[in-house]
Amino acid sequence: MKAFRRSNLPVWATLAVFVLAVTAASLRYEHFFSFDVFLNLLRDNAFLGLAAIGVTFVILSGGIDLSVGAMIGFVGVFCATLMNAGVPGWAAIALAVALGTLVGLGMGSLVAFFDLPPFLVTLAGMFLLRGMALVISMEALRIDDPLFQALGHSKWVAPGLLLAVLLLGVYLANFRPFGRAVYAVGGNEQSALLMGLPVRRTKVLVYALSGFCSSLGGVVFAFYTLSGNANSGMTLELDAIAAAVIGGTLLTGGVGHLFGTLLGVLILGTIQTVISFEGTLSSWWTRIAVGLLLLAFIGLQKLFQAGRSETP
Amino acid sequence: MAEDALNRDRPADSGPELLRMRGIRKEFPGVLALDGVDFTLRAGEIHALMGENGAGKSTLIKVLTGVHAPDSGTIELDGRPIRPRSAHDAVALGISTVYQEVNLVPYLSVAENFVLGREPRRLGRIDWREANRRAAEALARLEVRVDPASSLGSHSLAVQQMVAIARALDQNARILVLDEPTSSLDAREVERLFEVMRRLRAEGLGILFVSHFLDQVFAVSDRFTVLRNGRLVGELPARGTTRLQLVSLMLGREVDEETLAKRPEPAAPAPPMVEARALGRRGSVEGLGFSVAPGETVGLAGLLGSGRTESARLLFGADRADRGELRLDGRRVRVRSPRHALRLRFGFCPEDRKSSGIVPNLSVRENIVLALQARRGWLRRLSLRRQREIADRFIRALGIATPDAEKPVGTLSGGNQQKVILARWLASEPRFLILDEPTRGIDVGSKAEIERLMADLRKEGLAILFVSSELEEVVRNCHRVCVLRDRRQVGLLEGDRVDAGAILRTIAGGGEDA
Repeated sequence: MKAFRRSNLPVWATLAVFVLAVTAASLRYEHFFSFDVFLNLLRDNAFLGLAAIGVTFVILSGGIDLSVGAMIGFVGVFCATLMNAGVPGWAAIALAVALGTLVGLGMGSLVAFFDLPPFLVTLAGMFLLRGMALVISMEALRIDDPLFQALGHSKWVAPGLLLAVLLLGVYLANFRPFGRAVYAVGGNEQSALLMGLPVRRTKVLVYALSGFCSSLGGVVFAFYTLSGNANSGMTLELDAIAAAVIGGTLLTGGVGHLFGTLLGVLILGTIQTVISFEGTLSSWWTRIAVGLLLLAFIGLQKLFQAGRSETP
Repeated sequence: MAEDALNRDRPADSGPELLRMRGIRKEFPGVLALDGVDFTLRAGEIHALMGENGAGKSTLIKVLTGVHAPDSGTIELDGRPIRPRSAHDAVALGISTVYQEVNLVPYLSVAENFVLGREPRRLGRIDWREANRRAAEALARLEVRVDPASSLGSHSLAVQQMVAIARALDQNARILVLDEPTSSLDAREVERLFEVMRRLRAEGLGILFVSHFLDQVFAVSDRFTVLRNGRLVGELPARGTTRLQLVSLMLGREVDEETLAKRPEPAAPAPPMVEARALGRRGSVEGLGFSVAPGETVGLAGLLGSGRTESARLLFGADRADRGELRLDGRRVRVRSPRHALRLRFGFCPEDRKSSGIVPNLSVRENIVLALQARRGWLRRLSLRRQREIADRFIRALGIATPDAEKPVGTLSGGNQQKVILARWLASEPRFLILDEPTRGIDVGSKAEIERLMADLRKEGLAILFVSSELEEVVRNCHRVCVLRDRRQVGLLEGDRVDAGAILRTIAGGGEDA
């Protein structure tokens, strides 16, 4: 409960926007307000949600991870190729997630031990992963592994996985020293160091966690589309950042909450659903709506910060 | 020898030696920050570390707290040698530091800041109830009552500092280092902090206290250690020491008669160029009054934090004066901004050349022409050839040691960087030059050159305002000296009355008030 006692105004604002969006949509379209639509919302956006959870951790620590979109493309192609070569589905998943975590660990080590800027390290990671995916296969690969088929057709697996990882993330962030160290490092790295916190280890782990989350997102995307496409997840890293920011995470680190990120993802999904319900609107209106929302939330954060102006 | 002095001076209420630092030496590129410094802290004493800017106080603290490794020297805690390699190490050894800028995380709650890194756990998760309870309890012992679940940033700096102290004590600190803890507190908060310090002293803690407020230092300390230019100049008990003695040690007075006698050559009589009359600004500095004619130098003397830099900023328009008046050639002017000051042909070498002077990645040439170009306006660009001529002329004239004018300034030594800044302002052809600590942190040879240069500039008819913490320098170079204390001018010494003793007495408060 401690998690909610902290004055997390932006998260409440995000919740309000989400409720408002759903209410407006429900009044306009009669079938909108239903459990199925909500479940689909979670299912359609599970891969984004998973990636966004990892990205939120990285942003909370004061860093940034641009590699998560490319990770999703890479993992899809990687899994598809393995399974076409006869590797069983479960092994492909395990290998993909292990590799993804390892790549994150590598990027985190570069950031933490060589003091390289996270923006550039993960940009390099993004090019590397996207390039590797395209080297493996330029074309989309079909996946007909029975496990993937089963996972892909279930309406519960993707939402369930998303919520499970979210709860795990909340536990890590709010009830484990690791999570508190993430907030401290992002809030004031110098202080964290002087307080004797393991700053480097925390940074490495944060990127590894992000690699884990995004590769899991890649697996979900693979069974959701039942294909591996090197170009999937293009610019998804920016959606993930947008979701975190809309959810109240401060891009400079130290402030934010994972529930907010989930709400951010759901808002993005709702906008998309509404526009597809509308039917006549081009789907690119989603982008415009997200852009405006992002601006509104940055403004809100500025106000929130001004309210804390006594903070040195 | 130092040992004997220690035992003799030992106050009755202090305990055994807790910390003993011997022969600490630390060199940074171009600067010898600590030159064989000794420091001893006893259990149950408040020991003030005194010294002006660049004396080596913060370096000594950083060596003690594991931030810097000393080049040589030993540190003993309870007679056992220690070598803290990180802040974490130091804390584990029982040496905790509370910095001026409170080093906590303002976004997190009071309790979190208190337990961060050693959170109480129950059933595999952080036990927040226990954390809150512990924080509240520890803070209550310091008589601070705040909601431990509230965010730290929502409290005053004084409370944040108490949280930092509580955190330090909870980690079994035996030595508490308080680095300028009072600089952002009001009088009542300072008194409360002192009460806490006295209580901790009674509990047997050794407290190392740094402050540049003399009153406070005398109010709370048992003993002083004074550093100057990286060297130990003395350790003395607070009881029986006068303010004058302390200030003399800090500013350096073992100046021989010969140097003291040296005074700037008198300037040819001329009407004053710049005149300040009771110039001031709310919250900055007050009562600034002096006049300076072409060929003259006026000095600003005072301790750290007395308002020297604020005065310089006021004159240059970096802050706008809101009281008193400034006259230039007898006409009243209001300096609105540094740009305006430049058009009036003022020049300003700021104190902190790293953060407000040089642009380290630009070349020597680019740094030199910066102010001249700004004065001309960016539309009338100086040709590259002209820039080179100017740069080469000043490199030669000031003896800037650089292979060529295209080297990035950041690669030069401190003294040469200072000369580049000086060259920048000289290139803009000022009539009134403000030099804020131009000799700080540079070697003796460069200091002498800067002084020679000032003399040459005076001969060319410039008026100079010279700020320095080194008294001898002020006496050697200034025709007139404004003495500042607690952000107001408390004296103006002229002609024969300019001598180190008179300046010291005025600073210490025993001298004549203007």
